[in-house]
Amino acid sequence: MMMTKTMQKIMYTLLFLLVSQLAQAKLEIEIIQGNASALPIAIIPMQWRASDPPPEAGVSEIISSDLHRSGLFDPLDEQDMVDRPVDAESIRYGTWRLLKVDYLVIGQVRDAAGGKGYDIVYQLFDVHTQEALLSQITTVGFGDLRFGAHRVADAIYEKLTGVPGAFSTRIAYISSTGTGKVQNYQLFVADADGFNPQAVVGSPEPLMSPSWTPDGQKLAYVSFEKGNSSIYVQNVATGQRELVSSGRGINGAPAFSPDGRYLAMTLSVSGNPEIYIRDLASGQKTQLTQHWAIDTEPAWAPDSRSLYFTSDRGGKPQIYKIPVTGGNPSRVTMEGEYNARASISPDGTRIAMAYGRGNEYRIAVLDTGTGRMRILTPGVLDESPSFAPNGGMILYATREGTRGVLSAVSVDGNVRQRLILTEGDVREPAWSPVIR
Amino acid sequence: MNTTWRFLLALAIAVSISACKTTEPTDTTDSSATKPSDVTTSAAPDPNDHTDARNFDNADSLLSKRVVYFDFDKSDVKSEYRAIVAAHATYVSAHNTARVTLEGHADERGTREYNLGLGERRGNAVSGLLSAGGAMGGQLDVVSYGEERPVCRVSDENCWWQNRRVEIVYTAR
Repeated sequence: MMMTKTMQKIMYTLLFLLVSQLAQAKLEIEIIQGNASALPIAIIPMQWRASDPPPEAGVSEIISSDLHRSGLFDPLDEQDMVDRPVDAESIRYGTWRLLKVDYLVIGQVRDAAGGKGYDIVYQLFDVHTQEALLSQITTVGFGDLRFGAHRVADAIYEKLTGVPGAFSTRIAYISSTGTGKVQNYQLFVADADGFNPQAVVGSPEPLMSPSWTPDGQKLAYVSFEKGNSSIYVQNVATGQRELVSSGRGINGAPAFSPDGRYLAMTLSVSGNPEIYIRDLASGQKTQLTQHWAIDTEPAWAPDSRSLYFTSDRGGKPQIYKIPVTGGNPSRVTMEGEYNARASISPDGTRIAMAYGRGNEYRIAVLDTGTGRMRILTPGVLDESPSFAPNGGMILYATREGTRGVLSAVSVDGNVRQRLILTEGDVREPAWSPVIR
Repeated sequence: MNTTWRFLLALAIAVSISACKTTEPTDTTDSSATKPSDVTTSAAPDPNDHTDARNFDNADSLLSKRVVYFDFDKSDVKSEYRAIVAAHATYVSAHNTARVTLEGHADERGTREYNLGLGERRGNAVSGLLSAGGAMGGQLDVVSYGEERPVCRVSDENCWWQNRRVEIVYTAR
């Protein structure tokens, strides 16, 4: 039996749709605009000398994509590498100068002493001075090769930019599957590039608002498992957890102060949402705001002496600032009809937020020095910005069709990357501090 | 060849259907909360008798309507929903044992914790009207789910209005 041409066309269209849905799991780095100052670097594929078979994703590939995602580096495509030097002696610097590469990384992966894992042995060279800028061995356990690659990327990033890298950190986020009354919510922790997701807690009731302790060991989050919102603090490694707040009304928006002394949160026990801070040593709770408006989404200044928060006391949600000792809040955002959920850069010079106009919500960054606001993302429903601990990138939630996904954007807005993630509707990323 | 195409067609259709699946707004009342003793007569209830529990399942009665919808970023109960809330106020004030949870919700636009506040504000607005209509404070509870429990997940107004709601949930009648 013959198939008509129209029928065949329909089949190919359907097939294409099917394949494109399956292909969404691919990692893509999207370059928004060329960054003239991005450092050209070549990460030569590392020689695999360990006794185990090599992993699917090579160490050099992970380093390359980390550096690329930061927006500060322009790594050479592997296919353009006309030469693959294995040691300092075999580097032909003229070739790399012709390829306009400024920095070169070579190395190998071998068995660590005592059969305890791998050694990543690597060197970073300046192509122009022919000088070895870094010559190091990073040792990791058998399951931690990706982590090791992130550590190498951190070291290269720090050597060439003067700022510590944040690639070997982690992210927390919420994922949900199902609709209506039959849903499953999970809190995940993954590597900063979205790999190795691990569920920390799961519930048929909503989970929200993960927030890291400054030592990166625990997460505070909101759970509806008791029928109303409650705040829990859970140790990520041991799973041990503590109920922190479950009063009448809303118990939400937990945020630890950078000095580790306080937990800020939103409680509506008084009848409407107000910001409170809890002294973690004494357990004493202090009400910080007092207004009929919605006051919520506290975010600490890096010095732990003041907090930013969202309030609609002026009619629409805007960002305000209040000293930790209380007093009158001052309005921080002056332009735009909807500015909410601030994330403060580690040096305090930038405030990222969800910036709404009409039905469009994007991530914007306010420069606290100049007062200038810059829109970083093109999405229609972007929210929940979270600064990397080195301030170089911002993680945020965006949409792909009806599904929520996470993306990272360099703080200059030039490079965006969608992260590989678990199934379901993914949102509310929280970037961990540097875990030592 | 033909079998393969048929399989692929079926697969492709299955994928596209599952990708488009939406959920109907669900009935918010647990029917098991109706005690058998409430149904004592076989005569059809008067739909305007808002003290009669049989009207919860009577499509002609306002008691069968238990969802109030709101405008974007607003929490005032619109005039078209006031009669519904008044009917429930009549029922709750006539039945001391009745308990109601007002579940406040928001659409996906805006930030999540702010929307938690907005959902509570909506729940409080309906709760306030029920109190004004004679319900006692101890009979009413407000829980906000913000935008965490949408009834549909399409990013347009046709879906959003369904999510901006307060569900009047009887935990006891």
